Amino acid sequence: MDMSKFQKHHIAFAVACVIVLAITQHFAVLLGFIFLFGTPLFFMKELPPYATTVERIWQYLFLTICTFIFVFLITPIIIIIPLSFNAEPYFTFTDGMLSFESTAYSLRWYEDIFSNGMTNPDAVGSAWYSDMWNNAQWVRATRNSFFIAFFATIIATVLGTLAALGLSRPEMPYRGLITGLLISPMIVPLVITATGMFFFYSDIGLAKTFPGIILAHATLGIPFVIITVTATLSGFDRSLIRAAQSMGANGWTTFHKVIMPLIMPGMISGALFAFITSMDEVVAVIFLADVEQRTIPRQMFSGIREQISPTILAVATILVAISIALLTVLEMLRRRSERLRGLAPS
Amino acid sequence: MRILIDCRGKNMTSTTLDQGNTNADGVLLTSDGIPLKQKLVQTTKKARSRAFLLTLPLVLFLIISFVVPIGQMLFRSVHNPAGTNVLPNFAVAIKNWDGIGFPSEETFELFVKDMQIARKNREIGKTVGNLATRMNYAIPGSRSLFTSTSRKLSTITEGPYKEALFKIDKKWDNQIIWRNLKRVSSDYTIAFYLAALDHKYDDNGNIVAAEELYQIYVSNFFKTLRLSAIITFLCLIIAFPVSYLLSVLPLRTSNLLMILVLLPFWTSLLVRTTAWIAILQTQGVINDILVFIGLISDDGRIQMIYNQTGTIIAMVHILLPFMILPLFSVMKTIPVSYMRAARSMGATPFTAYRRVYFPLTLPGIAAGTLLVFILAIGYYITPALVGGEDGLLISNLIAYHIQKSLNWSLGAALGTILLVVVLVLYWLYNKLVGIDKLSFG
Repeated sequence: MDMSKFQKHHIAFAVACVIVLAITQHFAVLLGFIFLFGTPLFFMKELPPYATTVERIWQYLFLTICTFIFVFLITPIIIIIPLSFNAEPYFTFTDGMLSFESTAYSLRWYEDIFSNGMTNPDAVGSAWYSDMWNNAQWVRATRNSFFIAFFATIIATVLGTLAALGLSRPEMPYRGLITGLLISPMIVPLVITATGMFFFYSDIGLAKTFPGIILAHATLGIPFVIITVTATLSGFDRSLIRAAQSMGANGWTTFHKVIMPLIMPGMISGALFAFITSMDEVVAVIFLADVEQRTIPRQMFSGIREQISPTILAVATILVAISIALLTVLEMLRRRSERLRGLAPS
Repeated sequence: MRILIDCRGKNMTSTTLDQGNTNADGVLLTSDGIPLKQKLVQTTKKARSRAFLLTLPLVLFLIISFVVPIGQMLFRSVHNPAGTNVLPNFAVAIKNWDGIGFPSEETFELFVKDMQIARKNREIGKTVGNLATRMNYAIPGSRSLFTSTSRKLSTITEGPYKEALFKIDKKWDNQIIWRNLKRVSSDYTIAFYLAALDHKYDDNGNIVAAEELYQIYVSNFFKTLRLSAIITFLCLIIAFPVSYLLSVLPLRTSNLLMILVLLPFWTSLLVRTTAWIAILQTQGVINDILVFIGLISDDGRIQMIYNQTGTIIAMVHILLPFMILPLFSVMKTIPVSYMRAARSMGATPFTAYRRVYFPLTLPGIAAGTLLVFILAIGYYITPALVGGEDGLLISNLIAYHIQKSLNWSLGAALGTILLVVVLVLYWLYNKLVGIDKLSFG
């Protein structure tokens, strides 16, 4: 494409910007317009010479649609971050926030995470810490969440990895049936699973206990472990096992020294999936848990239903930060796994 | 599989083909003297059982923690022993009654005595209240008859029991009550499936449609199916262009944009639902923006949440990654050269797309559509939080019966129907796509 054409649609866009500003007379609207309709221009690539004008317009339209979809995907997650610093107990931007007054922003909802439920929030020193640690609702919920997720992840990862090793063997009998069973906790509606567990665990005395919830969460995390570990094993070169054996390694050494390091990235990402499933799970907790076992999502659920306050947004912001961290770890693991398996780096 | 065939045969035969160990009949042997065929079967068997043993712990774990609980719940939908638990002797006696006129005097005596015992019983599942609740499902409004009568029954010490009972409350002088009691005295019933399908037994024991006021379940099933279909369709048309873009962009850019897809996927469901409440509510971000640019007046704020719209928007956002990921993984494998080839042979861009590209994406569409539909149909949390009354799905009704109304059998019957639908779709998914194709990121 020649340079003149490249400049043409930039000029057209500049004209459009001026028109928008003239009509609405708001700079904020202009910024939104530039972001939504200017980003596609940035991504437009050179089309082959035989491309028609309709195709060029279509490409711009297509990229604009995609921009809107990405905005749709990410906005809800981004928007809660500034809202959580609201000084007022509202779920929307106040006038002060929009004009960037420092008084309109505060950390009060983050403080509320620690003080909500404390018996004496004005205490100082170690008394404050022990009160916070034992009584603050959100702190308690966080402790419960991590406790449950930790053990559920261990159970799901160990059992899931073993099963994935079996499933990926070429000799595995009834593979389809068993895979179907092992993935089904992800497919069966959570209400049905939770109801079933509620009745069964009540009968055997596990309802309203930590072991009961841990078992439930391990069950729900298993499909994710199976899927990720089997995916890692699908590119696994089985002759490596035979090579190890031919050099005299026994079963355990082969697993420990050859298989394990290679499937480690898959195992860790499976474990991360199981962990996040447990951290995010609320239906089973609603049915199975008592106040004693409240988790973060359970606390958020009742928060949204009963006394909606920006504290939930503050918690949500922290959770978003955690998911960004986990996503980064996962991406690094994926790359490492591809490197280890000798696939092309991406 | 390590089968060692000793090639330094001891009894070499004249044929050059047969160089292994052979016995008198000319059958190949392994180094330890077992026929090769037999050894092969043994080794294969061993390998198969080894593979199976690796999965065994998890299979057992899932059977105990998942399959048995669900099976037990499903059983509850046809099994409701309230009648026999509360009135054990009466339940046996009334089985012999033919349903014409009134039961015999002995049966009435057993009824009164069983009720007197039940009144003192505090054991869960064996109280008068349990029976009254169960009867109330059969005859709406009959609950108070049982509870009030049980309080007065201690006055009856001797026969005739039938007259004494009718004296306490004239409502007992009604064959319909006794016919229903006979039905309730059986442990197994399909009454709850009838209720789940908006039907019931009439006074003569025939299956008829329920009163229009009570016909809520079938319409809710259809509403769930309709909303799930809308959500799936919206997911598909939103996911398609994005997946296409991701599949054609250079890896570095597409990996970056993929984060925008994966971040919502990894963010807590509750966080995303909360975010949508903040955005969509009447005092929320979108309404504020619309008022700010002057598209709507301050009084004309749009109700976008706590109704079906809210459920649809939030669920589309939550389920979108489940559509994008399978579509993307299929589109990534379609070579760009196919489209160029079609163009070079004179196809217009649209024809090339319709005849060449689109058919190749069908496996991805099947995978994404089925997955999103399966997940949408059983969704609970988001409709419960942003659905208001109008946006509730069948899962919410099940939860209501399990947690609030405590009509567990009806909840279980609704659950069974939902489960059957989901399992059929799951089977279809496995047929069309294969569960082993499932992957994340």
